[in-house]
Amino acid sequence: MARQGPPNAAGYYGRNTCNNQYCAAPCIGDAKTAIKHVRIAHHGSSVSIAASFEIEYLQYLDESGKLLNEDAPAFARDVRALVDAYKLMCFTRVFDGKAIALQRTGKLGTYASCLGMEATHVAIGSALAEDDVFAPFYRDYGAQFQRGVKPREVLLYWGGDERGNDFAEPAHDFAWSVPIATQCLHAAGSALAFKIRKEPRVALATVGDGGTSKGDFYAAINAGGAFTLPLVVVIVNNQYAISIPRAQQTAAKTLAQKGIAAGIESIQVDGNDLIAMRVALDHAIKRARHGHGATLIEAVTYRLSDHTTADDARRYRSEDEVKAAWEKEPVKRLRAYLQGMNAWTDDEEKEWLAECGKRVDEEIDAYLAVKPQPVSAMFDYTYAELPLDLERQRADALTAAKG
Amino acid sequence: MAQINLIEGITMALAHEMARDPAVVVLGEDVGVNGGVFRATVGLQQKFGAERVIDTPLDEAMIAGLAVGLAVQGMKPVAEAQFEGFMYPMIDQIASHAARMRTRTRGRLTCPAVFRAPWGGGIHAPEHHSEAIEALFTNIAGLRVVIASSPGRAYGLLLASIRDPDPVIFFEPKRIYRQYKEEVADDGEALPLDVCFVLRDGSDVTLVTWGAQVKETLEAADALAAEGIHAEVIDVATLKPLDFDTIHESVKKTHRCVIVHEAPYTGGFGGEIAARLVEHALYDLHAPVERVAGYDVPMPLYKLEMNYLPSVARIVAAAKRTLQAS
Repeated sequence: MARQGPPNAAGYYGRNTCNNQYCAAPCIGDAKTAIKHVRIAHHGSSVSIAASFEIEYLQYLDESGKLLNEDAPAFARDVRALVDAYKLMCFTRVFDGKAIALQRTGKLGTYASCLGMEATHVAIGSALAEDDVFAPFYRDYGAQFQRGVKPREVLLYWGGDERGNDFAEPAHDFAWSVPIATQCLHAAGSALAFKIRKEPRVALATVGDGGTSKGDFYAAINAGGAFTLPLVVVIVNNQYAISIPRAQQTAAKTLAQKGIAAGIESIQVDGNDLIAMRVALDHAIKRARHGHGATLIEAVTYRLSDHTTADDARRYRSEDEVKAAWEKEPVKRLRAYLQGMNAWTDDEEKEWLAECGKRVDEEIDAYLAVKPQPVSAMFDYTYAELPLDLERQRADALTAAKG
Repeated sequence: MAQINLIEGITMALAHEMARDPAVVVLGEDVGVNGGVFRATVGLQQKFGAERVIDTPLDEAMIAGLAVGLAVQGMKPVAEAQFEGFMYPMIDQIASHAARMRTRTRGRLTCPAVFRAPWGGGIHAPEHHSEAIEALFTNIAGLRVVIASSPGRAYGLLLASIRDPDPVIFFEPKRIYRQYKEEVADDGEALPLDVCFVLRDGSDVTLVTWGAQVKETLEAADALAAEGIHAEVIDVATLKPLDFDTIHESVKKTHRCVIVHEAPYTGGFGGEIAARLVEHALYDLHAPVERVAGYDVPMPLYKLEMNYLPSVARIVAAAKRTLQAS
């Protein structure tokens, strides 16, 4: 078509010729600069839009705990559910603080804090049905407490004892998954099992903002789209993957839009707004349960704590930034909303926080009272039956343990 | 009873188990409509439907991760990698999750998945299609690593692997997929895992091998027999957990051992067997243990692959060295 003469040294065709060989339109300036600044779509009627997308952002409560507009969902008026959620968010925060203190005094191993992400986690826990399956990463305590995991079990795991993963309830939820984003595929595989067996169950995985850079994350949402799975993936975008800020993780404007590539419904939500999170989750879970496929939810929140107790976030972010993030935190926001509805008083707040402290202390005492596993335990769960080869090693270990 | 080759043994085992147990599903690339690139799953989708013979998007990590999720939630997935050389992206899911799900949760969750793949060289295939990577898996606690070497053992060991309550890596020596046929009854009788198979009795030297090298090793035993040397041939079959006792018993009798495998020499599973012989059978040995292995070079492209793979001549020479040493 418009190829005129040989390309110049830079490989571009001459003036008035677009670098696109199918485009005959004259370009402004020489072709080398034009290709940088002018979209192909400007160059003629033979180009049309193959696909376009928008990402919705959902938020009901502003930072001060006021409804952004009168068009609030029914859940925003469900005082009992909101108070329950608020109480669990408080409990989770008290637990988190005491767990960190426990680590600092040498009574707990490395611990990953959930400070600032309570609304996202509690919304997940309360939106799922008992029979659904949750595949967490490693700081989703609010969701797990709601589903029946005991705080003493969380402590037992971080305290170096596998029995912390042996939840009595929820019996079929996955344990914490440390290799980033791998758990997304476990949820997808679970969802595939439910679909094959025609069970009305949903699988939900959480993943961090950093985790969205990994192939397993994309594989999971892609499977969700390709197989129309009853799957919900929640990106807990807390702005940091240890020290790497969200902006360095990807050039994509939102993380939610990665779901567009997988062909699934995708939305960005204020992750510090419990009401918005529940509305988005309820919608996604309902769709999944009724066979309409997977959803990706990006919960925008902020990790107010260090990455883990082994981290010092002051090395990579400013005090001003953290201070600003505290203005948006979820607990204060929901409390203000409840108080605005006269659904929660200062006295109730005081009483409940004292109660949380007491309950967490009981859990800590229960955790500290757990006797270590026998040495044989590390052998006895490697296979369903102990192979002969391991029987000998087990005997050696028991002999060595006796000294 | 049907006369079948090794790959037909795989297909027959899959079909048998899918008919017997509705929890068994097959997933992988091209396993459904196409019946697998080697035709291991041919006819299964027509028989059991697309929901149980699942063509996946092209991502091995996805296949492995889905298999973990399926297995933990009560299914018995048999996940296929088209070639062993494409299993590397699966290793994170296999090592980090499949292998440790039971111990991580103290038995609350388990992962009864099979990860099967055509394995090894010798079919003039392109790069990455001819690897022997079993040693990458034998160092992962919590796995079983099984390699079939005949039509009957392919059928019986795959049945056992699918029924096993723990994750199994199941390798199929593609070079002998169609090498010969033998009578195998589709009777659902599994063969035992965690045991070696003694394929030939002998008194002078023990030849230990697995996978496609069983062929060369048996031929080497024939050649040695022609010279009056009686070699015992052991197919290890389940590399992990290892049935060392069978090897040890044989070496007590022959006092000599040659280990044959096509995986690279250093860190190959032959090193583990040799080490155990040193630990437990040193005084039974009349000669140093010999290893005939692939070299410590990347698997060459196919013009040179037969120079890489252990040959009958190399095995015979090694066996003779053990006899000359004493």
